[in-house]
Amino acid sequence: MKFLQSIGAKTITKVAAIGRATLMLFGALVAVPRLKNVPLIIHQLYVVGVQSLLIIMVSGLFIGMVMALQGYTILVDYGAEGSLGPMVALSLLRELGPVVTALLFAGRAGSALTAEIGLMKATEQLSSLEMMAVDPLRRIVAPRFWAGMLAMPMLAIIFSAIGILGGHLVGVDWLGVDSGSYWSIMQSTVDWNQDVLNGVIKSVVFALVVTWIAIFKGYDSVPTSEGISKATTETVVYSSLAVLGLDFVLTALMFGIE
Amino acid sequence: MNKYKTEVMVGFFVALTISALLLLALKVAEQSVATEGDSYTLYAKFDNIGGLKARSAVKVGGVTVGRVTSITLDKDDFTPVVELSILKQYNGFPETSSVSILTSGLLGEQYVGFQPGFSFDGVANLEDGDYLQDTKSALVLEDLIGQFLFNRGSDE
Repeated sequence: MKFLQSIGAKTITKVAAIGRATLMLFGALVAVPRLKNVPLIIHQLYVVGVQSLLIIMVSGLFIGMVMALQGYTILVDYGAEGSLGPMVALSLLRELGPVVTALLFAGRAGSALTAEIGLMKATEQLSSLEMMAVDPLRRIVAPRFWAGMLAMPMLAIIFSAIGILGGHLVGVDWLGVDSGSYWSIMQSTVDWNQDVLNGVIKSVVFALVVTWIAIFKGYDSVPTSEGISKATTETVVYSSLAVLGLDFVLTALMFGIE
Repeated sequence: MNKYKTEVMVGFFVALTISALLLLALKVAEQSVATEGDSYTLYAKFDNIGGLKARSAVKVGGVTVGRVTSITLDKDDFTPVVELSILKQYNGFPETSSVSILTSGLLGEQYVGFQPGFSFDGVANLEDGDYLQDTKSALVLEDLIGQFLFNRGSDE
């Protein structure tokens, strides 16, 4: 009986949390967009986007370089080093760009969002906003959500582009793959709709998941220092798992059976 | 952090994204953007298409002039029908043209080789929706080996 009760209690807690998360998102998004909120979004875009730019660009460069190095050592045995371009470009555009960007974004920007909103709650800034008849969902949550939704696909595009340039640096400039074949075979293999746009769609989905989890965990955290630390950890863990799991589903839908 | 600096940095971020997107569009996926221009459709029936896929290239003397848009099976005579989308700028091929399924390199991917036929009086040009009459199927390695063994056997 006790066992059944614990299962029931856990299920009810989880479902209630999902319900609160949906209500929060709904409350933040259904709000009538007001022009005076645009500067708030731009400021958040700076916080979650521009400040993540360096880590994204450095990771993209090195991942592209490593893939060129590893791919070259294998492809050169078969005299197929011309296929280095499409290998680097396709794996970056389809998988690594959106996924690694989402994981880094969860660690770099998601955890910061959770901690910020959690501390606002702990120091009762959210309650004082409500006292002043300002809806914290519109003032605090909505700009952060939109900034995350905009910033992550942008970061993923930059990641892929920098990675392809990094692959060019190692493959063409250092290892001596022909520059013409690097680009031309890539161009004949990569399709705009199939590869580039699908990668962007993936990163939009990941952006929704990561930003939503980060904001909700902060908004729903236990307002103590321990609660905030737990919420921050959960943000990173949950969004990483959600991204990796969703990636399989999206890949199966996009590139699976034709 | 003053407002001006924030806006400059966000502007830089947006500009960087647009340039990355342009790099992906023009440098990485150039080919496919270029082939989405005006095109006309031709059909060809093969006995066997081998490993031909949708989006394979159609080449005249090595120059890509179009792509395979779809491959279906004819309901009446059960032969594969390949739909070829050829760029408008390469029009005026004579009706006597032939198509064959070729392989680039020993293990490369398969493409449709298009040989323009002779043009003389009384031969019309290929129009949108025409069927190509003269087709050569893909070489299937197993059939070749089978023939080779069969010939060897009959010699002895």
